[in-house]
Amino acid sequence: MPIADRVAVRLRVNGEEVAVMVPPYKTLLEVLREDLGLTGTKHGCELGECSTCGVLVDGRPYLSCLAMPLDLEGREITTVEGMADGSEPDPLQVAFAELGAAQCGYCTPAMLLTARALLDHDPHPTRDAIKEALSGVLCRCTGYLKIFEAVELAASRGRRHG
Amino acid sequence: MLPAPFEYHAAKSMDEALGLLDTLGEDAKILAGGQSLIPLLKLRFASPAHLVDINGIKELDFIEEGDGTLRIGPLFRHKAAERSSLLASRYHVMADAAPQIADPIIRNRGTIAGSVAHADPSGDWGTVLLALDAELVLRSKSGSRTVKARDFFSGPFSTVLEPTEVLSEIRIPAARPQTGGAYLKLERKVGDFATVAVAVHLQMDGGKVGSAGIGLTAVGPQNIKAEQAEAALRGARLDDATIKEAAALAADAAEPKADHRGSVEYKRNVVRVFTERGLKRAYERARGGG
Repeated sequence: MPIADRVAVRLRVNGEEVAVMVPPYKTLLEVLREDLGLTGTKHGCELGECSTCGVLVDGRPYLSCLAMPLDLEGREITTVEGMADGSEPDPLQVAFAELGAAQCGYCTPAMLLTARALLDHDPHPTRDAIKEALSGVLCRCTGYLKIFEAVELAASRGRRHG
Repeated sequence: MLPAPFEYHAAKSMDEALGLLDTLGEDAKILAGGQSLIPLLKLRFASPAHLVDINGIKELDFIEEGDGTLRIGPLFRHKAAERSSLLASRYHVMADAAPQIADPIIRNRGTIAGSVAHADPSGDWGTVLLALDAELVLRSKSGSRTVKARDFFSGPFSTVLEPTEVLSEIRIPAARPQTGGAYLKLERKVGDFATVAVAVHLQMDGGKVGSAGIGLTAVGPQNIKAEQAEAALRGARLDDATIKEAAALAADAAEPKADHRGSVEYKRNVVRVFTERGLKRAYERARGGG
């Protein structure tokens, strides 16, 4: 077994260029959490079953636990830390808080980001479209209903900047 | 949870990837979507010393139809298949299968060719390719060869792909008029592997079946081509008796094992029921309906 050297990776995360030296076998999930301190993205099953580690790459949901950082150079990565605009939360974050759509909160970052990707693509989704888009993200607390309602509430309020 | 250490190579061209495989042999694995390979690495079921990432080779992401063949490249992803109007209009079995692969997030990244090369007996695309009578182009530095999908799988997670080869293209006979297909999948929840799934592809010839393809998922050590059922349909009128006979033959071809998803009898019966339904749906579509 070779001892892999650390390699330089340049990423664009939440609108900022960052460079880190990491072993090439670390997945994006570990690099985000351990090297960039962005702990909003959660470890879950590690195997593509739960989607708790979901982030956006060029606006589409990806599993950070199954993504290699070197493969994502030059792409736009968004984590939950990048959703708020300064001190102003994303409308989805507001709606989740208002409706109690987060209980333990563990799946919430991935739910918010996946919902953001949906609303960017389809600003007024049907309940079925919401269910389909979020179907990979497992929540063991809420029974999903409040999450669906929160996405609908955010959709009804429209985009933050009109 | 980290994979065992490996060296990472971002290939910029197919030639570069093939050269690396030629040099590194069994120490290297190709990384496409990574939705099956990276879990295997993390579980330490595989620990290649080198990973050859082909995601940077943009020209490998293609689907094109011409000269009687539909060609699919190694980076064509599930999501692209799901959104393809070409597949929706003429390759129904593929269009049916695509949105049933794993969940929407996995589909953003995973590839058809990667799934086929991974050769999970519960994988869906191998079954679809068996029904479509597809060919696979296996390329190495020293040349390329073409094998039928039915000769590609050699057991659970095993294929005839050599360590120096890449699955470089999937070739499917182009759909002609009077073609219909369907993919029926039973899963316990969204994103689960199939309990049972059945792929059906029909080429009608006037009022009779010109050719039929039937593939079975998750009911044996590899994806199964139900060849006796296919033979029973060839040249036949697709009446209820013929459909029932073919469905019974497909059920006979299944080799399910009992597990937490169901008993042997249950799975075999689902194969029978899904083959019947699949044939009816495919026939409907071949006649221009549904």
